[in-house]
Amino acid sequence: MASERIVIDPITRIEGHLRIELEADNGRIGDAWACATQFRGIERVLQGRDPRDAWAFAQRICGVCTGVHAIASIRAVEDAIKCKIPPCAELIRNLVSGMATLQDHVMHFYHLHALDWVDVMSALKADPAATSRLAASVSPWPNNSATWYAEVQKRVAASAAGGLGIFSGGYWGHPAYRLPPEANLMALAHYLEALSWQRDIIRLHTIFAGKNPHPNYLVGGMACSINLNNQITVNQVRLDEMAGMIDQAKRFVLEVYYPDVLAIASFYPDYAAIGASSPNLMATGESAWSCSGAPAGGVFPAALLMDGNYGTAHPFDPKKLAEFVSSAWYSQPEGDRQGLHPWQGQTEPHYTGPKPPFKELSDRPKYTWCKAPRYDGRAVQVGPNARIMVAVAQGHAETVQLAKEGLGKLRAGIEALNSTLGRTYCRALESVILARRMDQWFAQLNERIKSGDTATFNKERWEPSTWPKQAQGMGFMEAARGTLSHWIEIENGRIVRYQAVVPSTWNSSGRDPGGQRGPYEEALAGGGKHPLLDAKRPLEVLRTIHSFDPCISCAVHVLVPGGGGVEVKVR
Amino acid sequence: MNESMDGGWSGGEGFRDYLARRGVTRRDFLSFCGRMAVLFGAASLPGGGRAFAKDVAERLSGAKRPSVIYLQLQECTGCVESLLRSGSSPVDRLVLEQISLDYNELLMAPSGTAAEEVLKEAEGRPHLLLVNGSVPLNADGAYCTIGGDSALNVLKRAAQKASAVIAVGACAEYGCVQAASPNLTGAVGVSDVITDRPVVNISGCPPIAETITATLTYYLAYGHPPPLDGNGRPLFAYGQRIHDKCPRRASFDAGQFADSFDDDNARQGHCLYRLGCKGPATFAPCATVEWNMGQSFPIKAGHPCLGCTERHFYDRMTPFYDRLPGFMVPGLGVEATANTIGIAAVAASVGGVAVHSAATVIAKKRAKKARPETLPLAVLGDTEKREEQDKKT
Repeated sequence: MASERIVIDPITRIEGHLRIELEADNGRIGDAWACATQFRGIERVLQGRDPRDAWAFAQRICGVCTGVHAIASIRAVEDAIKCKIPPCAELIRNLVSGMATLQDHVMHFYHLHALDWVDVMSALKADPAATSRLAASVSPWPNNSATWYAEVQKRVAASAAGGLGIFSGGYWGHPAYRLPPEANLMALAHYLEALSWQRDIIRLHTIFAGKNPHPNYLVGGMACSINLNNQITVNQVRLDEMAGMIDQAKRFVLEVYYPDVLAIASFYPDYAAIGASSPNLMATGESAWSCSGAPAGGVFPAALLMDGNYGTAHPFDPKKLAEFVSSAWYSQPEGDRQGLHPWQGQTEPHYTGPKPPFKELSDRPKYTWCKAPRYDGRAVQVGPNARIMVAVAQGHAETVQLAKEGLGKLRAGIEALNSTLGRTYCRALESVILARRMDQWFAQLNERIKSGDTATFNKERWEPSTWPKQAQGMGFMEAARGTLSHWIEIENGRIVRYQAVVPSTWNSSGRDPGGQRGPYEEALAGGGKHPLLDAKRPLEVLRTIHSFDPCISCAVHVLVPGGGGVEVKVR
Repeated sequence: MNESMDGGWSGGEGFRDYLARRGVTRRDFLSFCGRMAVLFGAASLPGGGRAFAKDVAERLSGAKRPSVIYLQLQECTGCVESLLRSGSSPVDRLVLEQISLDYNELLMAPSGTAAEEVLKEAEGRPHLLLVNGSVPLNADGAYCTIGGDSALNVLKRAAQKASAVIAVGACAEYGCVQAASPNLTGAVGVSDVITDRPVVNISGCPPIAETITATLTYYLAYGHPPPLDGNGRPLFAYGQRIHDKCPRRASFDAGQFADSFDDDNARQGHCLYRLGCKGPATFAPCATVEWNMGQSFPIKAGHPCLGCTERHFYDRMTPFYDRLPGFMVPGLGVEATANTIGIAAVAASVGGVAVHSAATVIAKKRAKKARPETLPLAVLGDTEKREEQDKKT
């Protein structure tokens, strides 16, 4: 390509390092390349280690979706060594994962995504009394007085006068910002409230798992003993504290996050038709909340929507996964055209791009550290919109009803969920469902404790002497950003192969050998109509990229080479 | 508004002083505040526009917000996430009132060119530099690039005019998990490549939020780094072992151990040493500051300490569930065990003290060489003293 490309690097307000290269003409994007620009090689580090330690390494793939890799890892190990965990441990893991997802979704919206829609400088011009009326019209949230909004406004104004700090260089005044000052002020106030909310509610992790970020997990269960008659264990004091946190989490989701997303979306209805990406969407369903091995069963089972047919859910088959390296800086003996199943890969990092500092990456066939996973040859979207759309296709009543209400308010059909706005809206919608689920899991845990069943650990398979000499396992997890799976091979008590197939890998992948774009790229370049008014202030691009909630440290990983004699078999 | 406010004011001086330097009189200043009050529609508020203007004037006059650049290199973002959980310096107060966080990729508004311009401008002014993440040296730095340049170059540019460099977290300290064997990317820590000045290390994977924010606020309050140990870690956080302050310590001394997770001893809150706890070898404030606003910490919540504040813990503290070697004599009766352990614990403590004294000596030597306590910080407006200092040396 001879034409000079538009480069956006760094993409900020994401996890990790992402660069977008674009071709654009007359305010429309023609083509797009997503370049992940960080590689760490954690799966390689895992080779030869004790499988019971793997979660603590894998967890450090990401500190934003902290916990999801740990869960997927211990499930893969438990699958391999045939370990069943006690019901209380399962409920505790669900509560920990659920709280992490709620925190993650809310923080994504306010702290990583909102500034794409909310003009902070315009908020300083709002009338606090009118803002109060606006807030009261969409939610019963108690912090909605004129005095409160005036205080927020004064505080941010005084701060801005002393240096804009994180707001420096923002695209304030960009014509693509459309909220009235009052809506901007309301969202800005909630940005600040969400900052204190997130650190309060996440203390559920600290009680069950010691800390956050990077809470502690355990192969065989959870390490927190429950004993109502001891000071240091999970007792009534801790249970009461957590009941408060779950309530606080739910209230913020129902009264602030969900109404804010609907209110802001109503000013940007065109974004329900912008950013449509790959018409294939995958979710491993509710079953992935409590399984080791391949996800099966559950209220709505693992499934895919394919080729834009959003009414038919196809059963998920883990044998149909393959990863390609034709656009990524890896080499494999099978060559670049061959896609490999997670059990099969022997991939090595092999950088062939320009030496930094460089101007352009996408002028070469390989331009990213992110491999390209495909399902049955298709690029696939994963994440909240995939989960919601798959659940709707399967007729999950609660999801259908909420989606109907929300889409009614936005005057859009189900296909609108595959869009920039759709991805952002589905994240809020599933938070409502998940917040309700937290109540149920917590009630179930309390019932168990009441019945005298407090076991949190199964020690039968703890000692490596109880394991088969050779074993394979897989662990699935519906992480905040989508379907996650870890794949492990164990031999003589040690890891010989480790692989993670990660949500942001599905979404941020580059071209496959057939030239099919990855979902980020497709969302920007798919219809040839994605707007970009001002290449130096690419606000519209940030909206679409952020709608995926990128997590690039997660996206990049490498297969462990060598099977160590373990027979490769796909189950 | 952003145009006029963002340029020129260095953050090293009060906003009122800055305006005075620009020839703005007190009268003009108050009038400006009044106009802001109108702009914000404050006249309709209780107290009216005048009270609002006075309040803004007071806040602005005293504003001294030092510029901070917070880089994220090769890492997982867990350390910035941890910072966001701080209870002692809530992040909203930190970024709105205490510092001007001019560059941080997780939180900042602009991307691409606009972000790079912000960074360039901030680099040219006095600033504090916080760093998350390691620096991969292999493949000419292609394992982590930002704005098309290597993490190494990005770091070096940002460090050039930094008044102080603080490495936040295990990646920035020595490379952490990606530096674990076989360290494919050649990941190293900040102090491995920034060698012309002292680097403060806030250890941990990640560090507790309050240790990050307190190191920062200590700088802001005293103008120099807090006293450090031999690894450059602040003593207020890393001066003692977790074991010394552990709520399960009495069980350790009494020989009461959990032998399996969730066994009767675990349910009684007994010591996790036999399950692999690394607390006896780990210098960290987990048992005192605790995590997430003092809620709890791993050992208290039933999981053995992984030793994540110690260098190369992924290689040196693993397997995580194996006992620390050579720490006690197992296999005796309860009474004998208690006695033996009592003695072993004393010996270990003495060992710990000895190690720690040695570390302090090293720290002092380093401190003497670099004199971090006496280095005035330009970022706090201390440029004159710094010039004097430079003349003397």
